[in-house]
Amino acid sequence: MSGRIAINLTVNGVRHEREVEPRLLLSDFIRQELGLTGTHVGCEHGVCGACTILFDGEAVRACIMLAVQADGHELQTVESLAGPAGELNPLQAAFRQTHGLQCGFCTPGFLMTLTAFLRDHPQPSDEALRDALSSNLCRCTGYHNIFEAAKLASRAPLP
Amino acid sequence: MPAEHRYLSARVARNEDARLLTGRALFVDDVQLPGMLHVAFVRSEHAHGRITNVDVSAAKRHTGVHAVYTAADLGSFQKPGPVLVTPPPIPNLIFNGCTQLPLAQDKVRHVGEAIAMVVADSRYVAEDAVREVVVDIDPIDAVVDLEKGLAAGAPLIHEHLESNVAAHVVQRKGNYVSARTKADTIVKRRFLYDRGVSAPIENRAVVVEWNDRSEEMTIWDTTQAPIPIRNGLARMLGLLESQVNVIAPFVGGGFGPKIMMFYPEELLLPWAAMRLKRPLKWTEDRQENFYATTQERGQVHDAEMALTRDGRILGVHDVFLFDTGAYDPYGLTIPINSQCTLLGPYDIANYESEFTAVFTNKTIVTPVRGAGRQHGVFVSERLLDLAARELGIDRVEIRKRNLIGPDKFPVNHEIMFQDSAPLIYDSGNYLPTLEQAADIIGYETFIRQEQPARRAEGRYLGVGVVCYVEGTGIGPYEGARVTIEPSGKVRCATGVGTQGQGHFTVFAQLVADALGVDVEGVKVVTGDTREFHWGTGTFASRGAVVAGSACHAAAMAVREKVLILAASLLSVTKEDLELSGGRVYVKSAPERGFSLGELSGKANPLRGAVRPGTEPGLESTAYFGPDRGSTASGVHAMVVEVDPETAMVEIKRYVVVHDCGTIINPMLVEGQIHGGVAHGIGNAFYEQLVYDEQGQLLNASFMDYLMPTATDVPPIETAHRETPSPYNPVGLKGVGEAGCIPTGALFAQAVEDALAGSGVEITEIPLSPNRLFEIIEAAKT
Repeated sequence: MSGRIAINLTVNGVRHEREVEPRLLLSDFIRQELGLTGTHVGCEHGVCGACTILFDGEAVRACIMLAVQADGHELQTVESLAGPAGELNPLQAAFRQTHGLQCGFCTPGFLMTLTAFLRDHPQPSDEALRDALSSNLCRCTGYHNIFEAAKLASRAPLP
Repeated sequence: MPAEHRYLSARVARNEDARLLTGRALFVDDVQLPGMLHVAFVRSEHAHGRITNVDVSAAKRHTGVHAVYTAADLGSFQKPGPVLVTPPPIPNLIFNGCTQLPLAQDKVRHVGEAIAMVVADSRYVAEDAVREVVVDIDPIDAVVDLEKGLAAGAPLIHEHLESNVAAHVVQRKGNYVSARTKADTIVKRRFLYDRGVSAPIENRAVVVEWNDRSEEMTIWDTTQAPIPIRNGLARMLGLLESQVNVIAPFVGGGFGPKIMMFYPEELLLPWAAMRLKRPLKWTEDRQENFYATTQERGQVHDAEMALTRDGRILGVHDVFLFDTGAYDPYGLTIPINSQCTLLGPYDIANYESEFTAVFTNKTIVTPVRGAGRQHGVFVSERLLDLAARELGIDRVEIRKRNLIGPDKFPVNHEIMFQDSAPLIYDSGNYLPTLEQAADIIGYETFIRQEQPARRAEGRYLGVGVVCYVEGTGIGPYEGARVTIEPSGKVRCATGVGTQGQGHFTVFAQLVADALGVDVEGVKVVTGDTREFHWGTGTFASRGAVVAGSACHAAAMAVREKVLILAASLLSVTKEDLELSGGRVYVKSAPERGFSLGELSGKANPLRGAVRPGTEPGLESTAYFGPDRGSTASGVHAMVVEVDPETAMVEIKRYVVVHDCGTIINPMLVEGQIHGGVAHGIGNAFYEQLVYDEQGQLLNASFMDYLMPTATDVPPIETAHRETPSPYNPVGLKGVGEAGCIPTGALFAQAVEDALAGSGVEITEIPLSPNRLFEIIEAAKT
């Protein structure tokens, strides 16, 4: 397909200038063009939430956005969460501590959803937290340990 | 055994988590290779029909397309796939094995069956070209309903057969006909269980690289069984097994269907990669997953139970139909599981079970978490509930009266299990499990006080308590190789694939205990045939039991090598030595000894001799092959509230008391149970694949197919009981599937209890608010 479009965006603090096909999905751009494969694709229709990233700080589904829509914006993916030497941030550490992940495929989406949610709701009620988690699908954990991880992290200071 | 267990039964956090939490873990779709091309498939839009023409000329001319293949291009590679599991040696068993072709030829038999394969520069271009392939199909009436499929004059799915019967099996224990004559009461019903999808969040994917210089193939595959995939592909491609490497890296959930061998995509990408001499990738999309990845659960049971007036089961008779889908490559594992699991933890002396497997124009059926066991549990538990009501006996009490006593093991049920071994329960202790579950949920208080009090307020609360057993950890075998490296780090390689179960941690726990090292210092490798190429795979709740036992055995063999070498070098006996803290040393003089890394160096010298009868290095390979599986068990209990106006069901409490033998890691076992229960809740109340009369799936997306979310799955209260299996040295039993096995039966009992007095009777799963509303309304008339 012809007519590539120049885009200019920041991902995890790094600026990228690329030319992309207008139809290229943002999720494919992040995974294939930038090689940030921590963002996973589970349904490609915006339901499962595995591809959730932060778009100017808001949790969005990268599989139902186009790369060209990210022009001029600032994105964060799961790769941005750990420290420079790979040390887990409090939310990631809480997931490990509570066994909040099994196969780990949906996990990046939950982490990014919760990163935004806990930033905006540092001390959520149980009901509000469960409601926030219900935006994403997980087939392995039954959700409860993810809920526990989020509770644990909400008691720890996030960076 | 080592004297101290630092890690066995401890809540050890997982070794694999850091990679998964930071986005570094490699999944198949993450593999990107230079020059890689992308594949998309043309799939049938008809459930049943004759292919009259496939025109790929326009697709081939599409810019960026490298190849388009149809059945006509495949030559001798176009052969039906293997029957994976040979049916057990049951007398008079009929089995018509009809397996799928790589690409449909002449006929299509379900929507989504692959007809042509397009290879292009990108997935986008490949999908564009898929739309330019013109497929002409003359539709044939579809077989969707099982009974209609068996009726005279039904369209034949496999025309060389006389009917749509895929199999017919009768198994008997005792003499039901005679037992029936002694019964005070017979309860009899028809029970339905419908299809769902396994829905791992990662869809299937295959990446293949054929190296034309080394003549080696590497395949990254989202499979639960990398070794059988390698061996089968090598044979079909005319290669040595050692020329083919299959890697199942991190796999994003399996739940059964990722073990189906061979999916057409899994065959065709390697075949095409050798011809095109380019790496190829195919990643399934979610819609394809609904059509082209195997499914499970369609069964219809006509069952009866004969009892005495004091609630003792005299016998059970069950005749059922099993929907095997368009082909039956997985043999009879599922219906035989249903047949065997129906007996549950109960002392049932007389049993007759007959099933007919039926071909339908729907996606192929292979095991999905539970693999037919839930149907058996549903039938026996529902019959017990009906009998309890009819006889005026409490539901928990009637179960207690029929449980197998702890002194009766091993129990031989005199029928064949799916692994071709007799169905024998190795061990169990059922009564305390039931009592504990009833106690935790507060059964007595609930039915005597809370339920009537709430009912007086106009609220409809109900309780359910159901039992199950699960045959787990079947053979044939798995193996493991444990190596102490000169760094002191330990490597443990095993052949099974891993899909989130925590193998990198539980196997490390077993090895760390045997060698007295830190669990973080044990690097486990799974699912990579370059590392270990003997074994079968991850299914039947067998990973921890069979591969875990092999890891344990290999580690114990390395421990023995450590002791022999250190005793020789230190001029002491083995009994004088201790392994702890990564060292081997003399108990009475701990300063005399070696780090394990140092000893590993001494075992692999650059000078001197490795004596005859010994081997270099501190490494051992061991295998574990049980004659039969070990039987886990458990009891689930639940309190629900039903809104009789909307038919919404709220789960107020969910309790699981289970016994999977010796527990390696309680935190991970609880995780397995939570996930299983969530899957079971989905099956019971949310998930259903809806096919119309033409065999079209009407809800092939996550928008339309409802999966439970965080607001639908309650916290699950768990209690562990441990009755070690005598069939393996650690006493392990499987737990991976347990959570979802009794959930349907539990839902039915609890909802029925909540609506007691309304005449509502639940004989089908899945329910849904809609379906439950219909049942409630029907009961009013």
